[in-house]
Amino acid sequence: MAKNLIEVKDLKKYFKTSHGMLQAVDGVNFTIEEGKTLGVVGESGCGKSTTGRAILRLIEPTSGEVYFDGHDVLKFSESELRKARKEMQIIFQDPYSSLDPRKTVMQIISEPIKIHRLIKNKIDLENRVLELMETVGLAERLINTYPHELDGGRRQRIGVARALAVNPKFIVCDEPVSALDVSIQAQILNLLKELQGKFNLTYMFITHDLSVVHHFSDYIAVMYLGKIVEKASAEELFKRPLHPYTQALLSAVPIPDLSERKERIILKGEVVSPINMPDECRFAKRCSYARDECRSHTPELREVYPGHFVACDFPLKG
Amino acid sequence: MKDNDLIINIENLIVHYETEEGTVRAVNGIDLKMKKKRSIGLVGETGAGKTTTALAMLRLIPDPPGVIKNGVIVLNGENILDKSVKEMENIRGKDISMIFQDPMTALNPVFTVGEQIAESIMLHEDVSKKEAYERAKELLEMVGISGNRANEYPHQFSGGMRQRAIIAIALACQPKVLIADEPTTALDVTIQAQVLELINDLMEKHETALLMITHDLGVVAEVCDEVAVMYAGRIVEKGSLEDVFNRTKHPYTEGLFNSLPNIKDRKAKLKPIPGLMPDPTNLPIGCAFSPRCPYANDICREQKPVPRWISSTHMVECSAYDDPSFHIARREK
Ligand SMILES: Nc1ncnc2c1ncn2[C@@H]1O[C@H](COP(=O)(O)OP(=O)(O)OP(=O)(O)O)[C@@H](O)[C@H]1O
Ligand SMILES: Nc1ncnc2c1ncn2[C@@H]1O[C@H](COP(=O)(O)OP(=O)(O)OP(=O)(O)O)[C@@H](O)[C@H]1O
Ligand SMILES: [Mg+2]
Ligand SMILES: [Mg+2]
Repeated sequence: MAKNLIEVKDLKKYFKTSHGMLQAVDGVNFTIEEGKTLGVVGESGCGKSTTGRAILRLIEPTSGEVYFDGHDVLKFSESELRKARKEMQIIFQDPYSSLDPRKTVMQIISEPIKIHRLIKNKIDLENRVLELMETVGLAERLINTYPHELDGGRRQRIGVARALAVNPKFIVCDEPVSALDVSIQAQILNLLKELQGKFNLTYMFITHDLSVVHHFSDYIAVMYLGKIVEKASAEELFKRPLHPYTQALLSAVPIPDLSERKERIILKGEVVSPINMPDECRFAKRCSYARDECRSHTPELREVYPGHFVACDFPLKG
Repeated sequence: MKDNDLIINIENLIVHYETEEGTVRAVNGIDLKMKKKRSIGLVGETGAGKTTTALAMLRLIPDPPGVIKNGVIVLNGENILDKSVKEMENIRGKDISMIFQDPMTALNPVFTVGEQIAESIMLHEDVSKKEAYERAKELLEMVGISGNRANEYPHQFSGGMRQRAIIAIALACQPKVLIADEPTTALDVTIQAQVLELINDLMEKHETALLMITHDLGVVAEVCDEVAVMYAGRIVEKGSLEDVFNRTKHPYTEGLFNSLPNIKDRKAKLKPIPGLMPDPTNLPIGCAFSPRCPYANDICREQKPVPRWISSTHMVECSAYDDPSFHIARREK
């Protein structure tokens, strides 16, 4: 078995707000094997991006442990962190706002190389940028263009090239295709898959699109209001959702196939912000199966089938 | 189809935006019929001309730079392109209503949600302020929001509630035609499911004709009876849901389906359409899809394809079918 490149233990990130403490990420645990993809799904505000950013220490976690290749990232000094950043990169959702509009493609892609002082010679640097552009499928002639001159798909390719520039081992992909049209989305997903095979990359793949995550991930973690409510291999999760929330979420996905008509579970109510959460199941308010016990404590994530974890005291029959 | 079920008939609609960089050929001659109680999904990628088509139906194309160059849009037997500005104001909201693409801009932040719904009722019906406000509360209830929240401001509503309120406004005067431009794109799936169910229920109740604009083929499969696939300002394939989903004919439609992850087989490789949509200021001479089309031949590159009816319901615009033995790879279901 491959080693765990990423190990996250009881990660928490709280934000102080005027209404109280917002528990954006509240005790999250997972591991990602080297060369594999963990998909993280859930609705807006459930804490996906905050989890990804906290792992990379782009924001400081409130508490917890994050091991990268056996080392606790949260204990790193400034200089250790800088070195680790070379190994751990992020690709953002919005190719429009995540690229500096005043910089050319050359400047954007070479930036991390310069920060980490990997290549000093100008010609070597340009060659490296051209090589990266080729890797992600950007034509050479675009090297001196600005992001606004390019379409969304090409901008996202720049984001991928920039992340790859320093030969990372681990990449957090935060909704990398959500802003793109389906035909372009498929181009980028194929590219990310191909790069993973080529460089043995490990991905944390954040999305709210369930059909994309199913296609792209080896394992999937479903988040709800700051907690992982279910975790399993992609196949297992789709075949046998055990948490009432996962089941509702899967049933709500519109399927573009007329032979796959299914009964939808329409959830009542809306996702709220996880502020001053009481000690109860966070989904209980919207759960049609909720009982009194569900409101008396927070259910822990436990293994129900081998490799299949659920945080529900009364999981559905698989 | 009974003729009196026909509510909207669009013929050869052409819309350009005349900008400094050139003429954007946004809509290039489209025909579309809408019938009572029927819903059409208008699908296509960014820039295909979906919103422009909808705005033309309401005569809301920004002018300048937008110009309706040609076409007729017949509503109740009359061409709305001949209507005066005043007459159009009456048609909007009463006959044709639209849920706009950006839900944030559709509500005014300084008025309560109830006031805004009442306002749109008073615009078209001769009722007192008090009556209109009562109706507004009923409408909120109808879309699943408690009537006593009518006195709240938009920012006090969640995204899903705001979208429901917008639907309530659009339906305030029971329009014959509802245009919904990406009504659920900004919403989470569980909320999307709520809103789609709401739209379905309301259509049934009020016999509304629906034009559902979306890029999500899954949403089309859930709510629409018919589909029109748009590419570079043309409708390239149109038909019943079964025609387009199960008997796909156009290579572009095939490409859209092939780009989507297969829910039954997660390992199946995605087959994206190579390349990009052509620049609408500089469209190819022949078929606009030919530069990306795996089946394109010289005729495709040189001549504009013409609509071809495969059955009484199914139209495809693709010159490759000049060869009777031509077929795409996507197998019939
Ligand atoms: N800097 C911050 N200050 C206060 N609250 C924050 C901050 N960043 C995030 N939050 C809150 O933390 C919660 C989790 O946010 P996060 O961005 O991680 O969600 P997400 O799952 O990525 O959602 P989306 O799908 O919308 O991107 C939300 O309630 C959000 O409002
Ligand atoms: N006000 C405008 N001025 C100039 N060009 C415009 C204007 N509005 C739209 N266009 C152009 O017209 C074409 C069609 O745009 P339209 O908004 O109708 O597309 P759409 O299919 O609705 O796309 P999306 O899925 O992104 O909403 C695009 O090339 C667009 O850039
Ligand atoms: Mg996010
Ligand atoms: Mg649009």
